Amino acid sequence: MADPVLSIRNLTVGLPVKLDRKNAVTGISFDVRPREILCVVGESGSGKSITSLATMGLLSPGLKVTSGSIDFDGRDVLKLSNKERNAMRGDQMAMIFQEPMTALNPAYTVGAQIEEVFRIHRTLSAADRRAEVMRLLEEVRLPEPKRLYDAFPHQLSGGQRQRIMIAMALALDPKLLIADEPTTALDVTTQAQILVLLKQLNERHDAGIMFITHDFGVVAEIADRVVVMRHGEIVEQGTAEEVLNNPQHPYTRALIDAVPRPMTEDTTPEANENPVVIDVQGLNKTFTTSTGMFKPARTVTAVNNVSFQVKRGETLGIVGESGSGKTTLVRCLMRLIEPDNGAINISGVDFAAKSRSELRSHRKDIQIVFQDPYGSLNPRRTIGSQLIQGAINFGIPRKEAWDRVYKLLDIVRMPHDSVNRFPSQFSGGQRQRLCIARALVVQPKVLIADEAVSALDVSIQREVLHLLNDIRDRLGLTVIFITHDLRVAAQICNEVLVMQYGSVVERGGVSQIFNAPSHDYTKALLSAQPGQNWDMPVFDEGDTLAKI
Amino acid sequence: MTTPVSTSAHTSPTKQVLRQALNHRGVMFGAFVVLAIIFIAIFAPMLAPHDPYEQILSRKLIPPVWFDSPKTTWDHILGTDHLGRDYLSRLIYGARISLMIGFSAMLISGVIGTTLGVCAGYFGGRIDNVINFVITTRLSMPVVLVALAVVSLMGSSLTVVIWVLGLLIWDRFAVVMRSATQQVRGLDFVASAEALGSTTPRILFVEVLPNILNHFIVIATLEMAHAILLEAALSFLGLGVQPPDPSWGLMISEAKGLMFFDGWLIAIPGTALFLLILAINLLGDGIRDVTAPENRN
Repeated sequence: MADPVLSIRNLTVGLPVKLDRKNAVTGISFDVRPREILCVVGESGSGKSITSLATMGLLSPGLKVTSGSIDFDGRDVLKLSNKERNAMRGDQMAMIFQEPMTALNPAYTVGAQIEEVFRIHRTLSAADRRAEVMRLLEEVRLPEPKRLYDAFPHQLSGGQRQRIMIAMALALDPKLLIADEPTTALDVTTQAQILVLLKQLNERHDAGIMFITHDFGVVAEIADRVVVMRHGEIVEQGTAEEVLNNPQHPYTRALIDAVPRPMTEDTTPEANENPVVIDVQGLNKTFTTSTGMFKPARTVTAVNNVSFQVKRGETLGIVGESGSGKTTLVRCLMRLIEPDNGAINISGVDFAAKSRSELRSHRKDIQIVFQDPYGSLNPRRTIGSQLIQGAINFGIPRKEAWDRVYKLLDIVRMPHDSVNRFPSQFSGGQRQRLCIARALVVQPKVLIADEAVSALDVSIQREVLHLLNDIRDRLGLTVIFITHDLRVAAQICNEVLVMQYGSVVERGGVSQIFNAPSHDYTKALLSAQPGQNWDMPVFDEGDTLAKI
Repeated sequence: MTTPVSTSAHTSPTKQVLRQALNHRGVMFGAFVVLAIIFIAIFAPMLAPHDPYEQILSRKLIPPVWFDSPKTTWDHILGTDHLGRDYLSRLIYGARISLMIGFSAMLISGVIGTTLGVCAGYFGGRIDNVINFVITTRLSMPVVLVALAVVSLMGSSLTVVIWVLGLLIWDRFAVVMRSATQQVRGLDFVASAEALGSTTPRILFVEVLPNILNHFIVIATLEMAHAILLEAALSFLGLGVQPPDPSWGLMISEAKGLMFFDGWLIAIPGTALFLLILAINLLGDGIRDVTAPENRN
């Protein structure tokens, strides 16, 4: 076996004092060998990004490596001077970041930005540089390299930008490529393409790839070896085969158990005799953006003639990639955005026809939980005052309102003393529970969850999904569940709407969508799910994550 | 990788900010000087050794005590002006005028600017366009020239100066509050308050305003300093506070004929002005650092 390009030994990175743990990373050791893809997996806060930044020498000033060594190509990176490190970065060691939208400088063409790598590290003539850039653009499978050379980042899609980032990283044929969640911000179909590209490149180049991710599906797709991290420590490492199919550590087993399962059994939903709660007919919404005083305005159809019905006690999933119009659709349902036309009938009230002031008394029937647990609670108000607000708005006496708040805190399994605290004192998952409680305080008939679990770690995601199901059954709610992730939709929904470019392309029961999709787009979405060939082992240790 | 750390179970964000402020040198220095000047202004009648209006021509132009001159006396620590009025007393009473103008003008402009900015940022669309037009119109007017013109037309008095300044310097409030409101308006808790049936005024006062208050405080300190400087400039040009009222700007103006012979006549009120403005600005900068460290530039 080839000598490792990167070998990290006993690395410990200290955190500034007064934080909840002493070290960001404690005594970790692993190797990356040429031509191999090593996946570092962990939930948020596990120290996986810190490890990659320490390797690149890009740690933020508050963090210091307190012990250990990072040997790259025979030299200890930690002992290099800034100048030596700069010469090494981009040349022998390159990095791809998570957010392709911000990783490129919007003021320069992408061609110039790729060329810059050559300008810094090599002495090439202008013509040679241009030729090299063209070769790279072709290598990462970008169409029309000549046209793209002069394109600015904002003219490219997220997937194209990430390809540009990969081209920049590969420009000088580095020995080590660090990819920090490179596909997390991308749509699932784009993610599948990028993963394929990385695998192909891995076969042609000698580079070792250190791939950081939180998604076991992605791991199953590309990893040769896997390192599992938790609270800054390595809990398990081994070949992909071993870790995925026969994990030893209880944490790894619990993590794999929490991964949403693909739908396998063929369950036909039992006929639901309940009345229809939501009846949407021919809903349209077009956005007009003015591009300047003298240019014609541009129109984007966000929701195009959408109609559907949901019966009481059902969960309807709305699945689609970014820009498919799913969020606009539900915001129109709630009249947070004004729809252009169409009828929205929610338990007998036409939401679309009412004026805004008439609507206020009906608003309690339909409530929403948002994606971002950090932006959906007011940081300056106590939890209690935010939870009780809705009930007070609808004229419920204070005492009864507090009773409701405490009862809901029990339902979402949060302690009663949460009411005196501020949002900053809760984690993402806890905040999401509080948001659910806030939505339920007015006793709605319909609850909308807009990507409500997408920002959460898998283990917490699973808990919140269970909670939502539980609440739906206990309170007889109707739920609209919006997600980009078909696996998540399969866990919670009875029926699924698949949206693309503002239109519903397919609708059906969960098993029908998964086992016999009829529309090409649904098929494409399904085949793009990472980790399909991985037969996930079942450990049934569902609650162990909470215990360990 | 920045997980919020709970310092203790029930600390409100306000308390955390206060605690940080106590450890911030700029805030502490600024707050100390500003509070000291406010104290002096409030208790001026008790602190001033003489009547600031009393002219004793036989005792004119006595230099401050640290000058090597036979005329100096501890009775007039900072000396006397060209009409024989005690300079220290005039300086102390002048603080009242500076602070009064700074504070009132800031309050008036703050109310105007915040109302416009929050409405523009929250409602958007046509309202935003109209308010933007008003802001642009205001920005294209030179403040000092307009103030001069208005004051010379209306006749100058303390009240006129306060209102003219207050009606002129709200632009920064409006611009900053507008963009801050736009940011907060896009956050999900505002949408959720709307869905929970909160009325628009309630959303504005309970959800939006508390979250843009830190921007308000920062701009308020800057505009207060701005108003004080403008008053000094107007008084210097003879169109602000009228003699014999003691204003720091007017004191500088009255001394300009003697600038080359008795420089201290200008240096003393100038220093006072400088100290007050510096302290207010340090306080404002410090508050920004403490409340929103990410906005540092």
